[in-house]
Amino acid sequence: MENVNLSVKVAGVSFKNPIIAASGTFGFGDEYNELYNVGCLGGISSKGLTLHGKDGNEGIRVWETASGMMNSVGLQNPGVEHFIQEGIAQMRRFGNVLIANMGGHSMDDYITGASMLSNADIDMLELNISCPNVKSGGMAFGIKAEVAREVVKEVRKVCAKPLMVKLSPNAENIVDMALACEEAGADALSLVNTFQAMAIDIHKRKPVFNNVYAGLSGAAIKPIALRMVHSVCKNVKVPVVGMGGIYTAEDVLEFIMAGAQAVQIGTVNFNNPLAGRIILDDLVRLCVKEGIADINEIRGVCL
Amino acid sequence: MIIFLFSQFDCLDKLFQHKNQIMRYFESKVVSNEQITGDIFVLRVFRNQAEARPGQFYMLKSWDTELTLMRPISIFKAEPEEMWFMYRVVGAGTQRFSELQLGLPIKLLGPCGNGYPYEELKGKVAVLGGGVGIPPLCETAKTLKNQGVSVDAFLGFKDELFAVEDFKPWCENVYISTETGIEGHKGFVTDLLKPGQYDAVLTCGPEVMMRKVAAMCKEAGTTCYCSLEHRMACGIGACLGCSIRTKNGMKRVCKDGPVFNAEDLLW
Repeated sequence: MENVNLSVKVAGVSFKNPIIAASGTFGFGDEYNELYNVGCLGGISSKGLTLHGKDGNEGIRVWETASGMMNSVGLQNPGVEHFIQEGIAQMRRFGNVLIANMGGHSMDDYITGASMLSNADIDMLELNISCPNVKSGGMAFGIKAEVAREVVKEVRKVCAKPLMVKLSPNAENIVDMALACEEAGADALSLVNTFQAMAIDIHKRKPVFNNVYAGLSGAAIKPIALRMVHSVCKNVKVPVVGMGGIYTAEDVLEFIMAGAQAVQIGTVNFNNPLAGRIILDDLVRLCVKEGIADINEIRGVCL
Repeated sequence: MIIFLFSQFDCLDKLFQHKNQIMRYFESKVVSNEQITGDIFVLRVFRNQAEARPGQFYMLKSWDTELTLMRPISIFKAEPEEMWFMYRVVGAGTQRFSELQLGLPIKLLGPCGNGYPYEELKGKVAVLGGGVGIPPLCETAKTLKNQGVSVDAFLGFKDELFAVEDFKPWCENVYISTETGIEGHKGFVTDLLKPGQYDAVLTCGPEVMMRKVAAMCKEAGTTCYCSLEHRMACGIGACLGCSIRTKNGMKRVCKDGPVFNAEDLLW
């Protein structure tokens, strides 16, 4: 084994490496664990939870696009209570950092869900204020900095766990949004979620998705995501977890050089179900090749 | 050339030498890829040693990241050394599959999904397929015949026939329909089915056809299993991109299916 230090810290939580499975692409880890030991990853962010379970959206939910994909799953999940009863034990088996991702439709839902999770055996709460696939509310929290500030402030009051707020690239101004969340008490920020996008079925002469708009992810968004991570890192003091179209170890280094503390990988898991392990192995080799002894030493070199 | 390829694959397969039902992601090689009619192709690849059930599928890709998602293709035939897939060229992914040639690499993830519950079936069973819903029923018919079940096949085509000869060794009768009337019964394949004569009907094909089959079976009191098709991203049950609403809640076509008892479906 090459002697490269990949361990990182985000909001006081130690990750053995900076690769985190992104919420919504990885379930609660079980399915991918049939293919490789997902415990090798730094952490896993759970499927996005809501206080009460949700069935998700009707109609087509996934759609291939040039260098990426769109999704409109609509936060199908078993609910916070069920996650606490079963999901946590399931994820704990992997031995890495357990991040609970939670979204909401109303302030009350956010507060109740967050306080329940705060008392549960999780390492970190990732607050989703940005899911574009939920019709009522979800998106509004992620667009207006002042609305986000309110929800983060209230959740902060009931959340004793490290609190990471996941930002939408659809925010009116991503830096203002990041600053508002930081001021409201976020311990960390993760960005970016999917870009609101659209596809039309020309044969049916109708939008592909029942919700009309859906979230775009994958390699297509990487340069924009990188720019957003970079500009947020320039302006905030809290750690930033970068994501958006990361497919390779080279992409990981780019995000870390742009200032990210760690990264999340999502869409690439669909392209190659072993992607997490492969990127991790490649990252060690790449660091050796680039003369990087500690991943932390290159962080933000491009800021 | 074939022998040479086998030996190459042997090295690869050492990684996956446990014969079991566990799905794996692995690289294989194309044995052949033949256009059998119109836009229908049969792709043969070296298989892994995981046991595959009829009605299961693999996620396939013959690209790196030029396309994002792998494509789900059902098992047409599970041979000792090879997996056969029959597919129709419908989009960018299957277009790339159609360009594959002997010896080229292809990545597989599988076997995925549940497959038909063939162990539970006895007596007389009908398999009824329409279009590219026909291929998975071939391996199913073979498995049923090998356990002593009597199988009749009902195969519905738009126009040109395919795969009919592949069913004959495993079936007592093979009934054909074409929409154009070029061969067999002119009309829909469901016109030919008398579900009351069977202990179970297994179906795969267009949803409108399967709904009809399910309704006919319900009326006749015959058990009916439907294999659903759905757009998928992960293929293993993680992304919830292929969820459907059933009488027993939300189910993932890729993991809880693709085969469902018709009684559980909300059409």
